[in-house]
Amino acid sequence: MDMRAFLKVEKMSVGYGTTTVLDKLDLGIEKGEFVALLGSSGCGKTTLLRTIAGFAKPFAGSIQVADRDVTQMPPDKRGMALVFQSYALWPHMTVAQNIGYGLKLQKHSRGDIDARVSEMQNLLGLSGLGNRKPGQLSGGQRQRVALGRALAVDPEILLLDEPLSNLDARIRLTVRHEIRSLQKRLGITAIHVTHDREEAMVMADRIVIMNAGRIEQQGSPEEVYNKPATPFVAAFMGAENVLSMQVSVKGEQIELQEGAFNAATVTARAGRRLATGPVELRFRAEAASLTGNGDGAALEPGALELRGQVASVSYPGGHWRHAVRLGKDEILVDADTPFDQGATVKVRIPAQSLFIFNTPEGPAGPHTF
Amino acid sequence: MMARVDFWWLPRAFVLGLLAFVIFGPLTNLVLWTVAEKWYFPHMLPLEYGFSFWQRVFSPRGNAMESLMTSIVIAALTVIASLALAIPAGYALSRLKLPFRGLILLAFLIPQAFPNLPVYVNIARFFYQIGLNGTIAGVVMVHVTHGLVYAVWIATAAFSAVDIDLEEAARSIGAGPFRAFRDVTLPLAAPGLMASAIFVFLESLDEFTGSYFVGAPDVNTLPLLLYTAGSGGNYQIASITALLLLVPSIGFMLVVERFLRADVLSKVGH
Repeated sequence: MDMRAFLKVEKMSVGYGTTTVLDKLDLGIEKGEFVALLGSSGCGKTTLLRTIAGFAKPFAGSIQVADRDVTQMPPDKRGMALVFQSYALWPHMTVAQNIGYGLKLQKHSRGDIDARVSEMQNLLGLSGLGNRKPGQLSGGQRQRVALGRALAVDPEILLLDEPLSNLDARIRLTVRHEIRSLQKRLGITAIHVTHDREEAMVMADRIVIMNAGRIEQQGSPEEVYNKPATPFVAAFMGAENVLSMQVSVKGEQIELQEGAFNAATVTARAGRRLATGPVELRFRAEAASLTGNGDGAALEPGALELRGQVASVSYPGGHWRHAVRLGKDEILVDADTPFDQGATVKVRIPAQSLFIFNTPEGPAGPHTF
Repeated sequence: MMARVDFWWLPRAFVLGLLAFVIFGPLTNLVLWTVAEKWYFPHMLPLEYGFSFWQRVFSPRGNAMESLMTSIVIAALTVIASLALAIPAGYALSRLKLPFRGLILLAFLIPQAFPNLPVYVNIARFFYQIGLNGTIAGVVMVHVTHGLVYAVWIATAAFSAVDIDLEEAARSIGAGPFRAFRDVTLPLAAPGLMASAIFVFLESLDEFTGSYFVGAPDVNTLPLLLYTAGSGGNYQIASITALLLLVPSIGFMLVVERFLRADVLSKVGH
């Protein structure tokens, strides 16, 4: 962990009553960085955010902002601002009063407040709505008021708790980019909690993937997408096709042993940490390609080829999605042209799209979420 | 479908008519008595109408105005004292995860649950010893114990209806706990608190037993005046006093519905 991080969470344990939600968690965030906390519901991401904000007290560990220990500070003294999932706009105040409230608390003069509020309204496209009450706004406008209220106080760290989850799908796409460009322009440090993989990918500099109260992996969007460190991350990042195999590791080469549906395949280890034994192999539907049984095109080196039958075909848009049956298992594979149901096909997965993980000891069930 | 004559209107009309008579019959009688100059058996209606008793009630020598003032002062003080207790109590009960929360809420019902008479006789005896008997403060204290159940229950519901996110949003951008309470929670809970104030006010205005044992004869509230007039056979004075008591009750009941919104009502007692 970078010791010069702007926000430093060290060995922090948090829980409610006797249940521990986060156990000895470490996290460092640079100044000006946009970090997404990504995970399914109940993984502890919102608890982590609320603890950083000061609404939950850790059992142990510390939180530091710019080398200032804030662990025991109340939320209002931390110099952060939280944007709530529900927006939590005050219904008895106008848009301008909502945005200006934080400035009023900081005892700015009336003129300063008015200037800053109208600046915020212009920035967020809320001009002319200053006298409306939150109840008279659309979902997207409310979301912006919530953002403006948080940004107006010029927080050291902006905390976003699933701020887009209550928006229409179409508005959500534009607001993603708006928030991202705003964050870049203002150079704010931001932590964004979300369960939406794509949202995290397009908005964040760094994605922190959480599972069951732990950080599974953190890295840039490309890193977590192309080099998932654990089966959970691979599955969360869309590699939902899963097969069990045996591998033997020979130096920089790994050999996938012959199975009922595949020939023995040798592929480069390419930095994977693997040991000889049973493995879980994962890949994305769109990473594999489908060819007819009679197709004699040469297999590129290191790619895995599987033989199976097309069980069903559907068209989700852009490409045809095939469910291919391999004995008891079924995998999903995309192709540009449809294959007939029942046809025998070859599924080819290039080496760099294969995510291989040692199966943990004992009977491991499939990683689902 | 064929149109059929629905004979169900007959029993319905009968029940509704009966209900109207039960409610408005006594009220009509009351109003008639206030303007009756002369009315005795076996006449169905007053023999003479006039406002001479109104003049007597509102004349400087009549004690109705004085009683009305006493009643209003006591009711107002009761509201202030009840809310001063109910606002912190209701806030704590709605926000903190207290053990036995249900039991605490139920405890405020105790003054209503026991038979009033023996309780007030004992309170009167005790107040007499410490010099509170026959004082406005003593009557206010009795009314507060009675009104607290409305005040605390409704205040708890009113605070529960304010989403905690709204308070945390204020905290997160720099408001201390008291500031967040004053600027966000309190204004949003105000309609509910207003409703609880109205209930406490009406309860105090109407209260008889406690006022009688603790207040009479030094503190003379409107219900006590009504009692004296009624037991003295002066139905005109009694009716006029009753009408005076009825006006604020009906007036407040008409507005209380505006303050008690469904989201608050659904949380009463929870």
